[in-house]
This record gives sequence, C-alpha cells and structure tokens, in this order.
Amino acid sequence: MEQFRSNRDYTIIFIKAGLLFLLSTLLFGLLGALEYVIPGFLKDVFTFEKIRPLHVSSAIFWILTCAIGGVLFYVREEHNGIFKLPNFPKIIFFILAITFSSILVSYIFGIFGGREYWEFDPIFTIPISIGWGLFIYAFITNMKTLKNQPVYIWMWFTGAVFFLFTYLESNSWILPQIRNNLVKDMTIQWKSYGSLVGAWNQLIYGTSIYLMDKIAGDKKYSFSKIAFALYFLGVFNLMFNWGHHVYLLPTHAYVKHIGYLVSMTELVLFGRIIYLWRSSLSTAKRNFHIVPFKFLFAADVWVFLTLALAILMSIPVLNLYMHGTHIIVGHTMGATIGINTMLLLAFAYDIIGFRKNDSKKIYYGYWTINLSLIIFWISLIVAGVMKAYYQFNMPEMSYGVMINQLWPWFLLFLTSGICMIIGFVLVIFPLFKNKN
Amino acid sequence: MGTYRSKIVILILLIISFVTYSILLYESDSKQSAPPNKLAQKGRVLWQEKNCTACHQLYGLGGHLGPDLTNVYERRSEDYIKSILHTGTVVMPDFKLNEQEIEEFVEFFKYINSTGNADPKSYKKHLDGTISQ
Repeated sequence: MEQFRSNRDYTIIFIKAGLLFLLSTLLFGLLGALEYVIPGFLKDVFTFEKIRPLHVSSAIFWILTCAIGGVLFYVREEHNGIFKLPNFPKIIFFILAITFSSILVSYIFGIFGGREYWEFDPIFTIPISIGWGLFIYAFITNMKTLKNQPVYIWMWFTGAVFFLFTYLESNSWILPQIRNNLVKDMTIQWKSYGSLVGAWNQLIYGTSIYLMDKIAGDKKYSFSKIAFALYFLGVFNLMFNWGHHVYLLPTHAYVKHIGYLVSMTELVLFGRIIYLWRSSLSTAKRNFHIVPFKFLFAADVWVFLTLALAILMSIPVLNLYMHGTHIIVGHTMGATIGINTMLLLAFAYDIIGFRKNDSKKIYYGYWTINLSLIIFWISLIVAGVMKAYYQFNMPEMSYGVMINQLWPWFLLFLTSGICMIIGFVLVIFPLFKNKN
Repeated sequence: MGTYRSKIVILILLIISFVTYSILLYESDSKQSAPPNKLAQKGRVLWQEKNCTACHQLYGLGGHLGPDLTNVYERRSEDYIKSILHTGTVVMPDFKLNEQEIEEFVEFFKYINSTGNADPKSYKKHLDGTISQ
C-alpha cells in the first residue's frame, strides 16, 4: 500500500489538485455573494460575468479531478496495487490540469465564447475530450469486463462513457443547424447538461459504494439485486429525466411529459431512504468515529433533503413558481456541496489520510460546514419563494426593487457562506499537511 | 436482474432507447418563427462572448443577478434596451459596445422574443401537475 502512496502518486495529486480547485470555488463564491449584498461591488474591476464562471467552473473541476483521482486510486486498490498503463494517471493529470487552469486564466482575462457552465472557448473541448478519452481507455484496460463485477464498476464505466458523450453533445451548438433554432438548441443544451451531471454522479456514487463496502468489510451490497436495480434506475434517470429543466421552454410537449414521469421514479429512492432510516442511523452510530464515514453520512442526509426538493421541482405546476428563482440555486448548492463535496472529501480522507493531532480541526470543520450549509440552503430557498411571490403577485415591481427586497436573505446567505468557508479551510488543510 | 446476461440486456435496451430519443430530438424541429437573420446571429455571438448568461436568463435558464431577457424586446422599447446597453446599470458594467454591436444585440433580443413567451403567468395549470400555454 505504501508503495503507491508516494509523493509521485498521480491519483493523489489529482485529489490535491481538486482541493485547490475547491479553494478557488470558495474564493470566487465569496466574491460572487458580495456582489449580491453590495450591488456594483467590483463592477469596474472584476465583474460578475467573470466571477460566476470562475466559481462554477472551479466547482466542476473540483468534482471532475477528485472523481477521476478517486476512481483511478480505487481501481488500483481493487487490483492489489497493480495498475496497467501506470503512466496514464500522470498523462491524464497533465492534460486536464493544464486545460482546467488555462480555462480559469482565460476567464480572468474575459475570454469567453461558450455557454453556461462551459463558458470557455470551445477549442478547450479538444484537450478535455482527449484527457477524458484516455481515462476511459485506462479504466477499460484495467477492468476488462463487466462480467461478475460489483455495481460500482458498472457505475464507473457508465459515468466515464456517458460523460464524454454528453460533454461532446453539449458542444453541438457549434453546428449552425442547431444554434440557428434557439428552442431546439436550448433543449439539446439542457438534455446534455442533465445527463452530464448524472454521469459524474455515477462516478462519485459508485466510489461511495466502494468506500462503504471497504468500511463495512464486505461486498454483499455491491453484488445485490437491489444495488443493480437502483443502478439501472439511476441510468434511466440520467438518460431521460432532464426534461424537468425545460418546462418553460416552448419545446415538444413529449419532452416535458417524459421528464416529469421519469423524475417521479425518484420517489422510489426517496421512499427507500425513509424506509431504511432506522438501520442507516444505527450504522451511523457504529461508524461515526471514522472520518471518511462522517462525510458519507453527511452526504446521506443531504441526499434526502436535495432529493425532496428535486422531486418537488420536477412537478411542472410547482416548477412554474420555482423556475428562475434562487430555489434552483439552493438545490444546486445542496447537491454540489452537501452531496458531491461531502462524498469527495470522504474519498480524500480515505486515500490521503490525516495526522491525529488534526482530528479536532476536522471535527469542528465538519460541523461548521454542515450547520452553515443548512442556513445557506434555507436562505436561498426563502429568497426564491419571495422572488416567486413577487413575480406572480407584483408584476409591476422592477427587477432591481425585487432584488433589494431579498437583501436580508442574501446577507444571511453571505454570512453562512463565510462560516462555511472557514469550515472548509479547517477540513481541507489537514489533507495538504499529510505527506501521503 | 441476477444474471450477467439480463444486466447487459437491460443496459443495451436503455442505450437503444436513449439513442432513439436523441435522434428524434435532433431530427425534429421545435416550433420557431423565422430563423435568426445575420444581425441576430452576430448578437448571439456577442451574448456568448460577453457571457451575458452569467447574470441573465433566457426562458428562466441562466444567472439570477439580472432579469430574464427572453421577452425584453416586447416588454420594453428599443430605446430603453439601447440606453441600458450604452451605459450599464448600478450592477451591470458598461461593456463599451459600439453602435453596430448594440444593433446586433437588439436584433438578437427581437429574435428571442419571436421564439415564445417565457412569462410563467401565461401558463395554464392542470390537475395532473402538468402545465400548458
């Protein structure tokens, strides 16, 4: 084990680079929140159209680099430390790290050309696709077959392949026949985004199942029928539930109906969480002293809250009120911080480890993050509910006045965000101090 | 669900359904009035280059710092749009656009407006939870 946890281990370097992207996410998130609370803040120096993509892309790069590092590390661990194509993690790392960093620099200089979430010039699609293609090749070379494999291998495979497909699809606006029909273009854009998030969730959730098995010391769940049933439900949603993003777009009615129906299958997951809450709690009591487990448990709680909100948002009549409000932002924050980041930190702590004298910092950091996140999440939801109310009942109110009315909630959002950043700093730095 | 073959069959069926659905979407045309003219196409490029979506939405999709601009052409006058583009606002910076670029933006807003109505109040609500315009 020690042999592949050296300083030159690129799977670990992937995770540490991911943590740097997380710090960048927090920094630009703070600047973005300040723009909400102090209108015009940095307007002439560092405007919101730069800050938002820096924040959002940093978050995406944190998710992607840490997810890749985790999958590559655990694939090797699964094979007792042997990794075919041993140079590939290094090659993939350099391609993606240089590309991701260049994208952030291009934003600082105000060079855009893409679209929401991928605002960079589409030329960067080439190295991203090459890097991701090599990741898929390395994964398939090491795993060879899906036969007799646990569910997380299926999830990693699905996530890796679908990410590349949907990422390329998100660039289809380059074709004139797509971009010259706004409604069709936006339909395909959100089709690809919905599946893209589903794809990286397959990578992350697959890794969390691997880690849970590791903590439990058996792989019974990963080979069980229920694990595969939930996996196929996840793939089904990845492929078809994205229609809930475009209820207000004048696209085909069947897109919306399919999105609505498929999204409602998530009630199965929701019901399962409620059904299993008692046994989940006793597992939590047994394992809560294990740091990676703490983060897995926090993610479970956030899955419950985020899924409840997601199901409500997927009902078109309710979506009508929530769409275009900060409720959507709250949902995204719950999913990316509460679920994805908590899971990725669990992997980071399992893989990198920490020094015992940092235990208290991690403890305080963990609780600070999660308690602030609850306040952060609620403040966004309340701001969203108020915006929906104003939109429907006071149509004459100007947008500026409406945003001013929401100011107290933005202040709460900023304050809780600052507390969350402090919590993250306490949690992230022990990972850099550890020499693994 | 138990055997490898049944798992592969399910996965293949899902992939076939997904590909079929995707082809259907790519092949069929969503309702739209006229395609954008050259000026509107240039306005669209500007929209992306200035990253307007960081703050503004189209059909409720985008940033939340500024208002949804899907039907701004219909709700406001051309002069109003031009003056905002010329000077910016308390929150929005002055992008130092020239007259030609401002015309392109206005034409782009005119085109977006022609694609539909993004006002949530214009939707009818049905008992089964669906909505229609």
